[in-house]
Amino acid sequence: MSAAVSLRKVGKTFARGEVTALQEIDLDVQPGEFISLIGPSGCGKSTLLRIVGDLIQPSSGEVVVNGKSADQARRDGDYGIVFQEAVLYDWRTVARNIALPLEMAGWDRPKRDARVKEMVELVELTGFEKRHPWELSGGMQQRVAIARALSFSPALLLMDEPFGALDEMTRERLNGELLRIWADTGCTVLFVTHSIAEAVFLSTRVVVMSPRPGRITEIIPIDLPQPRTYETREEARFFELVTQLREALHGGSEREPSLRAARAK
Amino acid sequence: MLLAVLAVLWGLWEGFKWLGEETALRIGTFTVTDLTMPHLHEIVGQLFEPSRTNGPLLIEVLWDSALFTAKEAAVGFVLGATIGFAIGVVLHHSRLLQRGLLPYIVASQTIPILAIAPMVVVWTGSRGTPAWFSVAIIAAYLTFFPVTINTLRGLDSADPRALELMRSYAASKWAVLWKLKVPASLPYLFAAFKISATASVVGAIVGELPSSIQDGLGGAILNFNQYYLSSPPSLWATNLVAATLGISFFAIVAIAERFVVRRAPEHVA
Repeated sequence: MSAAVSLRKVGKTFARGEVTALQEIDLDVQPGEFISLIGPSGCGKSTLLRIVGDLIQPSSGEVVVNGKSADQARRDGDYGIVFQEAVLYDWRTVARNIALPLEMAGWDRPKRDARVKEMVELVELTGFEKRHPWELSGGMQQRVAIARALSFSPALLLMDEPFGALDEMTRERLNGELLRIWADTGCTVLFVTHSIAEAVFLSTRVVVMSPRPGRITEIIPIDLPQPRTYETREEARFFELVTQLREALHGGSEREPSLRAARAK
Repeated sequence: MLLAVLAVLWGLWEGFKWLGEETALRIGTFTVTDLTMPHLHEIVGQLFEPSRTNGPLLIEVLWDSALFTAKEAAVGFVLGATIGFAIGVVLHHSRLLQRGLLPYIVASQTIPILAIAPMVVVWTGSRGTPAWFSVAIIAAYLTFFPVTINTLRGLDSADPRALELMRSYAASKWAVLWKLKVPASLPYLFAAFKISATASVVGAIVGELPSSIQDGLGGAILNFNQYYLSSPPSLWATNLVAATLGISFFAIVAIAERFVVRRAPEHVA
């Protein structure tokens, strides 16, 4: 079985080569994995996610998604994407927002309706199908965005800080729901986050990145047992991993001159 | 609320008239008399007087004129809005055309409509089209411009992440246009439609003047202009009807907007 995502020496420069956003990124993601990308602002984690999605082009290196070029994978509908904001269409109801990618893919009406019903159940929004986005809370909007991203059963789910704008309680609840959806669908998840606890709780592996230039400094396997529940967050192993990840992140930023200077004092 | 504003306006008009007559106010050569500022009740009353001896009431005559002008303006509006939107869509997809053509489109609006109207009448008239259609074209000429400008802005207003989303679906340009950019531009389009709706009425009235059409409000204005000294309220009454027509056009667009544009309540103006 080929890797879900395979990156070889991927680099990205902006501003005519003056700013190096990513340098020599090597990463293999196996099907069914839940991979978090974590790192300080400017480490290029969102850029990397967009390169996998063929939303921007890498300056160098090779990107293979589901055994194909990133461009071909995008055209084949191999991935769904969720952003920090839900990016729902105000003029469409919840049901029609979820149906949007299906319309693009040319599904007929009965097939669309059946799938929308399934997706609404999956994200537990039954009864809200006819509402408009502005009538929903931030957490509910994000669930609609997840349902929309998964509506055409992509093998890969790309998520760019999907819960970053939500309050802590909502975030934790949606974390649990996301794991359930991940287990139900068996999809591969590539997840960008700022939150150490979130990365540990969700992932099978956490990719630690550092900025200027953006690169991978460490990959930490998360050996917490599945399925993970509310209690998982209270286990000793959870805290050990959080500590390990935090140290990995700070170790990475030690190369920053300002921080090094501060520590020298 | 509407009534309150009307009452205040009536009070201002009559108050100024009374004050002007009492103090023999002069502003330049302007003096307040029944000739320059007829009583409002006379203007409204004039509507219910016979337009000529034993003729129909003025309001009946003006009603027919208003309907005629409304037809010209409506056809002009639809024509102008469609063409304006189409130009906007084309320019949106080609920066080159936008840079090349936009200055001329802007320039087209700096030419006074009175200078263009006779040419349009001559051109279309020689092809055997009815005269009112030339007037509709003149109305369209005033209509298309705001629609083009706001189409350009509106199509650019789509959320960049929504565009990324469409790219992730490998959506065609056509699908991006109709499923994302056009719906996102509707608030902008309706803002333009509101301007254009009133402009199309003005365009139709002005267009009637050089095409010597007698059936519309433009003809009526020209006619009552000549009799202003003997009956000032007639012209005022005609202006009142013309304004009402413009307001009606605006209102129709505003009502359509409420049905078409679905968006968060806090965004509704």
